This record gives sequence, structure tokens and C-alpha cells, in this order.
Amino acid sequence: MAKVQDWARDRLGLDQLAYLAQKKEVPVHGLTVFYYLGGMALFLFTVQVATGILLLLYYRPSSAEAFESVQYIMADVPFGWLIRSIHSWGANLFVGVVVLHLVSVFFLKAYRPPREATWITGAVLLFLTMGFGFSGYLLPWNTLSYFATKVGTDVPAQIPGIGHLLSRILRGGSDVTGATLSRFYGLHIAILPAITTVFLGIHLVLVQRHGMSVPPAIERKGKTPAMRFVPDFLMRDMVGWLIAVAVLAGLAAFWPWELGVKADPFAPAPAGIRPEWYFLWTFQGLKYLPAKIAGIPGETLGVLFLGGLALVFLLVPLLDRKRSRWWDIAAVAVLIGAGVLTVLSLLPMKGAS
Amino acid sequence: MHVTAREPGPTRRKWISYLMGTSFVAAALSFLYPILRYLVPPETSEPSLSEFELDVKPADIAPNSGKIVPVGGKPVLLFRTASGELRALSAKCTHLDCTVQYRAERSDIWCACHNGTYDTRGVNVSGPPPRPLTPLDVNIRGDKIVLKRV
Repeated sequence: MAKVQDWARDRLGLDQLAYLAQKKEVPVHGLTVFYYLGGMALFLFTVQVATGILLLLYYRPSSAEAFESVQYIMADVPFGWLIRSIHSWGANLFVGVVVLHLVSVFFLKAYRPPREATWITGAVLLFLTMGFGFSGYLLPWNTLSYFATKVGTDVPAQIPGIGHLLSRILRGGSDVTGATLSRFYGLHIAILPAITTVFLGIHLVLVQRHGMSVPPAIERKGKTPAMRFVPDFLMRDMVGWLIAVAVLAGLAAFWPWELGVKADPFAPAPAGIRPEWYFLWTFQGLKYLPAKIAGIPGETLGVLFLGGLALVFLLVPLLDRKRSRWWDIAAVAVLIGAGVLTVLSLLPMKGAS
Repeated sequence: MHVTAREPGPTRRKWISYLMGTSFVAAALSFLYPILRYLVPPETSEPSLSEFELDVKPADIAPNSGKIVPVGGKPVLLFRTASGELRALSAKCTHLDCTVQYRAERSDIWCACHNGTYDTRGVNVSGPPPRPLTPLDVNIRGDKIVLKRV
């Protein structure tokens, strides 16, 4: 046994790993609680990977069979309802935790030098997460997701010049059809996971390289006490993960994710069409945009505005070099604006029958 | 012996690096081109019919009601106004491509996605739609409805 251990230690470089693990520390201060969000996001991501792989065993990616196969998973496959409900609920919790992670990193100014690249890879991971959410939403092929996808893939078409080509590439044709479903399936289970693996890898290596950021206000008070990552912080992380599993199981058991009605390309869009909650603010914004603003189509302006917002968000650490308070004010304004639009989108639609 | 520094300028090594570099880029582009073309779906060659005979009978559409019918793979809204006239409009909302519906309570055409409305001539009346819906000519031949592109 000892021989096997020695053999493995030499080949795998376990001593170096153990050394790194012992060296890793987490600063302890009043805001330490925010350090749990990144680990929580990582844990929920692994839950998505695991349940996603399980769903692959029964799911059939075609417009004729997708809805029926999800129905089969929900109704006939033992614990299929559990796996699918955890995947759907988990996706929503994951997005929620990722957004909290991001907001806390922003306001604690954890992106200041030398952690700019960590922020940028994190921002890319958020875009990838939204891609996962958007592509996964269509896969059950129900009415709600069908029309949400029609709208969502027509939005890039508003970009001047390349818009229509982009929309065609996304849809796999000029309309949302079974070809779109195949594309979104490939995107959801192969293309996005491959890109995510690269960016997540870099993100995690950078976190190890630079260690945890201490907020400026606490840094100014002098040396911050720290706790060891292994085992002290990791144990606390794991308590959080256990709670997350309990919450997911509870949500899945008491509120199994609904499936809705099978998509019919020749039915009118029903009332109550909406995307996932994290896209609601853009969805509501699209309703308020007038058809033309100063002769330019309103949607084109809206899409260009969102694109600009995404670019600024991606490059925050490079733009905010003087750490001006205006960044905080602008971020609060964006959050409040998005929050108000989300609430408005949940109110009953005026003029709807 | 005194060795003079070599004049900066083209050397054999630089020339070879240049050739290697450009060959590499050329090779990469030749791999990338088919992949990028592959990602763009081919144009579907729809039969460019100008007339479509529907399975729907004129009597099936009651006054002040509508129905979505597939025409050449696209949804078309076939409806009868309260005054009894049969009309057809493209059912693709000009805003963001949702499918519109005939709304009997208000005798108008409504898109549920972003609350856009059109009148029964297909003219955008309120909400975000930027353009009117494209009309189709409705002809009745015996017991059949025939739609014609305008």
C-alpha cells in the first residue's frame, strides 16, 4: 500500500498539490461571507453538468420528439422528474448565484489590479451562462420557449449590417424550426461546455494565483487575519453546498418544473409569453421602445445599447482605473433600472385579453 | 580579428520565418473557411409559387374570427371581419417575428409577445411593430380559398 502511495505521489506530483493547498488562505473580515459565492457557483455548475449528462440519456433533439422525450423523462423514467427539475431549478439558482457573485465582486472592487483578467474571464463566463440558459430553454420545445426563441433570435437581426446573417446562423435557417433545435442542442451540450471549460480553467487558476481580494476599506485598516482554505474554509463551503442540495431537492419535490404545451409553429403566440426571469428586463425594455427614434428603428438602438453595456461591463477593470464613485452610482442605476423593468414585466399586461 | 555587426535587413532566417508564418496563416484560413461556411445554413429553395390553395373552406371562418394557415411554410392569418369580408395577412409580427392572432373582442390583430396591435388592414396601430403586416389577395374559387402574393 505504501509503495502504491509513493508511486502515485511521484507520478502525480501530489506533494506540490498538498503544498499549494496548505498555502491557500482566505482573509477573515466582516465581508468574508461574499467569498462563498464563487465556490457556490462552481458547485451549482457541477450539479448542472451532472444532471445534464443524465438528461442526455433520454432526451431526443428533434422537433418531432423533443417534447415527448421530456414528457417521458418527467412521467415514466424513475426519478426523471427529479433530475429534470433539479436541472431546471439548478439553472435558475446558478444564474442567481453568479449574478450575486458578480455584484459583490463589483462593489468590493475585487477587480482592481492585479485581478483584471479574473474579472474579464468571469464576465465571459456570465455571457456563456446566459448562452446556456437561452439555448437550454428551447430544448423541451414547448410554446413558451418556441416563441421566446423566435424573439430572442430575431433580436440580433436588428444589428445593422451583419444582423440577418447572425440570426440565420443562430436559427440554422430563416425561421425557428427543428434545425434551430439541433443547433441549440449542439450549442448547449458541446460548444458552450467546451468554451466554458477553457474560461473556467483560466478563471480558477487566476483565483489561485492572486488569492482572495481584500476590499479597499478593510485593506486600509492594516493586516487582515486569515484562515486556512484546507480544511477550515472548504468545510464551511461544503456546508453551503449541502444546503444547496437540500434546497434543490426541496424545490424539485414540491414544485417540479412544468413542461407546458408542445410548440406549434402554426399557432399564434399565446398571451403570457415570456423568457427566463434573467432576460425579463430586456424583454420588457423591448416593449417600451418606440418603432422609430430619430428615424432609426427602436430595436436597433436597443440592441446597440445592450451591446455597448455588455462591452463596458466586460472592460470595467480597464476603464475604472481611478476608482471613481461614478462607477458605483452607474452600477446601482443599471441594477435599479433592470429591477424595475423586471417587476413591470411580471405585472399583468395592459390591453391583454 | 575585428567582427563587424551585421547590417539589419533581410536575412535568410527572417525570410524563412516570413514564409513559414504566411504559410501557417494561409493553412489556418483554408481550414477556417469551410467551417465558417458550414455554420451558415443554406438557403432553402422554396417553390416560388404565387398562388396557394388552402384546405380551409370559406364557410369555416365565421365573421369576426381568424385562423393561422401555413402558406409555403410560413404562417398566414386568414380572418373574416365583423362585416363579413375575408382577408389574409402575413402572421409574422414585424417587430420581432412572433405569430399574431385575430382578437375578436376588439376586432383587431394582436401580437402577444410585446403587445403590438394592427388594424384589420394590417396597419400597425400601437405598440412596438415598425411596419404593417404584408397582405395577401384572397380569392374564392368554388369551395376553395386561394391566396395570392400581391
